[in-house]
Order: sequence, then structure tokens, then C-alpha cells
Amino acid sequence: MKNFAELIKTLDSSNKTSVKVDALTDYFRHASDEDKVWTIAILSHRRPPRPVNTTLLRLWANELAQIPLWLFEESYHIVGDLAETIALIIPTTKEHSDKSLTEFLQEIIALKKKTDEEKRVYLHQNWLALNYYERFVFTKLITGSFRIGVSQKLMTRALSKAEGVDEDLLAYKLMGDWNPDKISFQELILDQKSSDYLSKPYPFYLAYPIEGEVSNLGNPEDWSIEHKWDGIRSQTIIRDNEIYVWSRGEELVTDKYPEFGLFIGVIPDGTVIDGEILPFLEGQIGTFNDLQTRIGRKTVSQALLQKTPVIIKVYDILEWNNQDVRHLPYRERRKLLEDLYNLVKDKNIPLQLSERVPLKSWEDVTTERMRAREMRSEGLMLKRNSSPYLVGRKKGDWWKWKIEPLVIDAVLTYAMRGHGRRSNLFTDYTFALWQDNEGKRELVTFAKAYSGLTDAEFRKVDDWIKKNTLERFGPVRSVTPELVFEIGFEGIALSKRHKSGIATRFPRILRWRHDKKIDEANSIDDLKNLIPE
Amino acid sequence: MKIPLLAFNDKGIYCHQADVYLDPWKPVTNAIITHGHSDHSRWGHKNYITHRMNVPIIRHRLGDINVTGKEWNETFTINGVKFSLHPAGHIIGSSQIRVEYKGEVWVFTGDYKTEDDGISTPYEVVKCNTFITECTFGLPAFNWLPQAEVMTSINNWWAENRAEGKTSILFGYTLGKAQRLLKYLDTDIGKIYTHGAVENMTQVLRPMVDFPPTTLITRDTKKEELLGSMVLAPPSAHGSVWIRKMTPFVTGSASGWMAFRGARRRRAIDKGFVMSDHCDWYGLLDSIKATGAEKVICTHGYSDIFSKYLRELGYDARTEHTQYEGETAEMDAKEESEITV
Repeated sequence: MKNFAELIKTLDSSNKTSVKVDALTDYFRHASDEDKVWTIAILSHRRPPRPVNTTLLRLWANELAQIPLWLFEESYHIVGDLAETIALIIPTTKEHSDKSLTEFLQEIIALKKKTDEEKRVYLHQNWLALNYYERFVFTKLITGSFRIGVSQKLMTRALSKAEGVDEDLLAYKLMGDWNPDKISFQELILDQKSSDYLSKPYPFYLAYPIEGEVSNLGNPEDWSIEHKWDGIRSQTIIRDNEIYVWSRGEELVTDKYPEFGLFIGVIPDGTVIDGEILPFLEGQIGTFNDLQTRIGRKTVSQALLQKTPVIIKVYDILEWNNQDVRHLPYRERRKLLEDLYNLVKDKNIPLQLSERVPLKSWEDVTTERMRAREMRSEGLMLKRNSSPYLVGRKKGDWWKWKIEPLVIDAVLTYAMRGHGRRSNLFTDYTFALWQDNEGKRELVTFAKAYSGLTDAEFRKVDDWIKKNTLERFGPVRSVTPELVFEIGFEGIALSKRHKSGIATRFPRILRWRHDKKIDEANSIDDLKNLIPE
Repeated sequence: MKIPLLAFNDKGIYCHQADVYLDPWKPVTNAIITHGHSDHSRWGHKNYITHRMNVPIIRHRLGDINVTGKEWNETFTINGVKFSLHPAGHIIGSSQIRVEYKGEVWVFTGDYKTEDDGISTPYEVVKCNTFITECTFGLPAFNWLPQAEVMTSINNWWAENRAEGKTSILFGYTLGKAQRLLKYLDTDIGKIYTHGAVENMTQVLRPMVDFPPTTLITRDTKKEELLGSMVLAPPSAHGSVWIRKMTPFVTGSASGWMAFRGARRRRAIDKGFVMSDHCDWYGLLDSIKATGAEKVICTHGYSDIFSKYLRELGYDARTEHTQYEGETAEMDAKEESEITV
């Protein structure tokens, strides 16, 4: 545990990628095989299930700190992280623990089935046997993920350096389902299996936002234009009578979308397609809000399948007849894709083709982009006809040209302290718009946003909030309605879950309207007028 | 209603009987000053009274002012009110102010810490009826390690950076923290350089404390000679052009706020050392108890939370709002004025 805590501390205390990779590489070179498997698991978000709920954790931590619960809560709101708060308030003793990371994790797994009293004793013993930072790491293993700026990619790079295994192969080996408690380092990393490759996805090719004028892209004839769909980017693999659906986050999501099981036997084996998972209700594309109900679920009920069916809007093909076709120009891949689509389109499977929009001039493209909301897309994709399917985000061949966000001027009404890098600063805001209530104008909450201001602006607003607090509700403060912000968002839909009756997609602060008084902020009716017919 | 011996008004903490203010934040005629930090010793008062050791400090910061220096425990009487200054242990020359009238005793701490830092006169418990305390770090999450342990990790960090051929830049308040760090930096590791603001203040304090030698960084300082050295700088220098010229370097900060991971990450500092010139949680609770005070008034810091807890412990405790800042989490506001000195 000491080595692992030291690793986390180094990762957490540096902003430099090179320092992080070096620390990880060094750790992988020295750690035991079982500790390595667990470290990989934790850094790729495969924690054991939480053995104790946070209410009990707080209670038991408080017993050691000997402070009232309300004082613990106040401290937590200010520190901004539960494990960190617990580690800070528990006194450090002269004891120490030499248990390994694996021993701790096995104990944490076993803890889930123990009685509350056994759990309490276990936590008390270990909290007191660890130093401050180990205590923090130990508590984090129980409560949640470490946010220490280590991506899976970064970890894979370090592991590759330490073990001399190809980075891409490792990335693929670490994907999907594996249980750190059941698998050995040898099996996970070192062994080579042919079935390994069955579910293997290709790395995604990502577009850049367009820069400058679209007409600078040259001859429009060299380009294909499609709408940019607002769902989940996915890669679907059909090999050996099996289907594997990967999300862009390199997560295997096959089980979340059972309707795609229909592809088996219809789409030929040895096919890999790139497309967008979209909600499709009553013959048209739904909003991202609809899709949200499907994203979080591991198991999907029949009722939900009925209520929010999904389709794949397919736009590229990466493997055809068991051959990797990524090197082919887009124009030729598109031909293969359209052939495939024609083959399956009458077979009643949830697959649609993302149509290319025939356009003659850049003016036409500009006009088409204006139709995005009507088409239920978030803008256009521009792909060079001669482009191969590349790896990662590369400039030059694929551009996204999103529509301008919807904007509205809203009043800051509540603020909450942020977490992580922003703990102890009021950076999470709630915004309200005007609404008539029996002849009286009142402010109604419509969205929360916590990005879009610079650090300096956040500090100014934080300072203002501290001086203009009306009431406190735990971590939340209501503030004098005085500041007006321009809020941008990508989509908008009616919603029963929201007080305002409206849900906005990805709201964020565009700018602080120093020039506006709250009377000049918009109303709920103004917002409703933005909903597409 | 009886006028309290000390009252909080829009100018500061006011003693009506003596017509004197303690650490006023607006210009007044008579001001007794606890210490030299800019939120406690402001410009524009007619007469200043402070500890002898603080005189050169506030003269340096405020220029030609009318100031009288007192010794520790030296009683001076103004219209029947007895005043005396007692060590607060916060920085060099920092005092608590004891105020006595007709047998009633009040103590105002200014800023204070209980650990002996070896450069400030150590904190002294002063018995009183009413204790006006700061509570910058008045949360149970703040528990300081002994200074010697923190200094060992700072020196180890410096040695590691030097081994990698990098310059160590350590941020600390110009007045107080910078000198506390300087005093215990291990000069066997390398040479210590200073930012102008730190150098000027250190020169003011050298007659009072024996510090290791420092070299001011000037336009002529070669980048190569800085490699592996230690640079002491005010927090506001972080991210400045001045710093960028020292590449390759590693940054560290010594502050009580470094106890929070978020505070360090927000400032994008490589290494945080938890070291404060204020009391930690137990420092506050223990000193309040030791004063024997029945009434406690909490000023700057987590005062609402802290006074609520004190009431649960049985004290007659309340919060008063002041314009003192303590150790600001963002570490810039207070320093801005000093960097131009």
C-alpha cells in the first residue's frame, strides 16, 4: 500500500504528463504482479463494489475525530472530497501498516458481506494504522474513483514502457470485461490469445472543429457532407456470429443495446461499422435527453426498450469481408457501406444510413447547416473524399461544423462550492429566468452550469457570492439576484422533471453580462420559443 | 446599556473609553497595531503604537509614519485603560493586545500561532475575560505537522530537484513565511536566491534574526547559476514572466491551504507544503481554553462554523465581521501591494 499511496501522491501532485508516465513506469517495474493488476484495474475505473455506504463512513470517521456530525458536514463542503475530509479529520497515530494494495482490496471485497459492526471495527483499525496520505488512498478505494488526471491511455503508455508490450495491443487487452480479483497479470497482459482479437475495435478517428471560412477547404466536389448526429459515437463489430458494440470511451456497451443483436445473421460476419447510436421514437430522431435514459443502465427493461428504442446511424465502414479497409479513400469506403446498407435495409434491423447531402457550392453547405435543428443534428460533418480512416484526432480531412449554441441571458440565483480543483471556491451555479406568476414576475430556476468562465472570473464571482449570500443550505447558498450571464446550450426539449418545464443540453456560461441588469434577463417564455417545432 | 470595552464598528475594533482603535481598516487618530501584514497595519492613521520589533517593518511598508514602539508586557495607560502587548508567535514582532479597564480584561489576538517557529517571539497565553480570536483555519480538517518535519521534506525536495538539474521555486508570503523558510533551508544543498519583495523585507529583518545569506535575482543573474538553487518568491510571482525565465524549474508553495488538494491543483503548483503562521484546529481550541475566557469573539476565517462549535462546548461565542483576511486561499490579494515595494 505504501508504494501505491506514494504513486497516487506523485500522480496527484504533478501537472506534467512526463512526470506521471515516469512515476507509473517506475511503479510497474517494481510492484508485485497482483498489485499491478489491481493498479491497472483502479486506474481504469474497475473498483470493487462499495462495501459501506457513505452515511456510515461519515459516522464512523466522526467517532474517531470526536466532532459533531454537522461539523463534519461543514468541513466536507469546504474540502470538497469525502475521502480527503475523512483522512484530514482522523488523527494520525504512531502505528503503521505493511499490508499490500492487493490485501487491502481483498479485504474491501470481503467487507461487503460483513456485519455493520465488523465493518466499523475494520475501518477504525485501518484508518488509525495508516498515515494521512495512505488513509486518503484507502478511503478512496472504498468511496470512488481517483481523479488524478491519469487517462487509461497514459497508464497504458507507462505499462507498455515497463513491460515491453506494444501499446496498441495493451490498450486492446485492457478493454472490455475482466475481473481483477480473478485474473493474473500473466493472463491479462502477457499471454497471447487468438480470441483476443475477436472483439477488438479499431481506434476511432475524430474530427476537429472547423477553422476559419468553410470556403477555404477548396473545391466542394472534393468533400462529402453529412449531418452531425447528436448521440453516442459507436463502433459495431460483427465477427464469428457475435456482436460487440464499443463506445468512444472504449467501453464495451453491447449489453446496453440488446436491439442490435438483430444485426447477427443479417450483417455478414467480418464487418465493422462506425456510427452514432440515436434514440428513435415514433419515426423520428429523439433528443439526447431521451437517450440519457438508456446510457446509465447496465440492464435494460422491456418497458424501456419500448419507450426509448435506439438505432445506429451508420457513416463509415472499417472492416469488410474480414479485411481492414481503413486505408481505402472515404469515397470507396462509402461505396462499400452503401452496398452493405442496400443489402440489409429491408431486413428490418435498427440500422440507418447517415445520408450524404448532395451540395454544389459552399453557399449550399452554409444553408444546409441552418437546417441542423430541423434535421435533429448538431451541425455538419465535412469529410474529404480521398481521406483514409485515421487514428485519433487529426487535422485536415475530417471537420465538424457545429451550429451556434442557443443562448439566453439568465440571473445567477444559487451557488455551490466546486469539487476537485475547484473545491473551496463557489463555481457551480444555478440560473433562473423570469416567469409571470399571477401578475407578479418571479425568477424560476432553469439550468445549472459550471464551466465557461476563466479562473480569474471564477475568483471574482466567488468573492461576490461570499459577500452577497442570502441563505445557506449546507453547501448551497442563495445569492442576491444581481449578476446576469449569457448561457449557451446545444439542445432544448420540454421536460416534466424540470421545474421550468424545460431541459437544456450541455448548458454552459458563455460570458458574464456586466452590461445587463436583472430586469433585462430573458423569460421562460423566451426559452420556450427556442424549442424547435 | 453599558458600552463594551471593545466594540466593532465600520473602522475597526474600537475602545471608546480610550478613543483608540485596534488594527483599524480605515484611517483613525490612534491605532494600536498587532503586526505588519497589510490587512492589519494600514496606511493613513495619525498615531501608531506597536511592538518595537514591528516598527521597522511597518516603516518599511508604510513609509514615514508617526509610530511608537513598546516592549512586551509594557503597560501603557490611556484615559484609565491599561494596554499591553504580548507575543502572538505569528511573525516577527506580532503581538496580542491586552486591554484592561476596571478589572475587566479583553485580549485581541490579531493573527497567531502556538508553535514556536524559532524566529518570532513564541506565543504566550494571556488570561482574560473576553478573547477576540482569529480562526483562519478553524476547521477540524486542519492539523499541522511539526515545523521540523515540514522543513525536512522541503529540503529533501530541494535536493531532489537539484539532482535533476532544476531550480526550486518556493512561494511564501513576503513577510513572515519567506523568512521562516529561509531560516531553516539547508545551505549545504545550494545557494538561496530571492525575489525583490522577499529580499527587501528580509533586509529589514536581518538586524533582528540571523538568517542564511541570500542573493537577489536581478536582470544580470544568469539562468545557469540558478540551476539547482532555491528561489524564494511571493505567491503572486507564480505564472509571471519573471518566473518563466528560470526554466527548468519546479514550484512549491508553503501555506496552510496546501492541506487541501484542490487549493494546490487550482494554482497548478508542483508541490504543496502544509505550513502556516496561523493556529490549526487544536491550536485554536487549546489556546482559547488556556486563556480562561468565558466570552469568545471570532473574527476572520471560518468564524461562523467555529463559533457555533464553541457554543456547543459551552462558551459564550459569537462572530464579528472584520476586514482581516488571514491567509487567503488564493494567495494573491494581499501580496499584490507588496510586490511593487
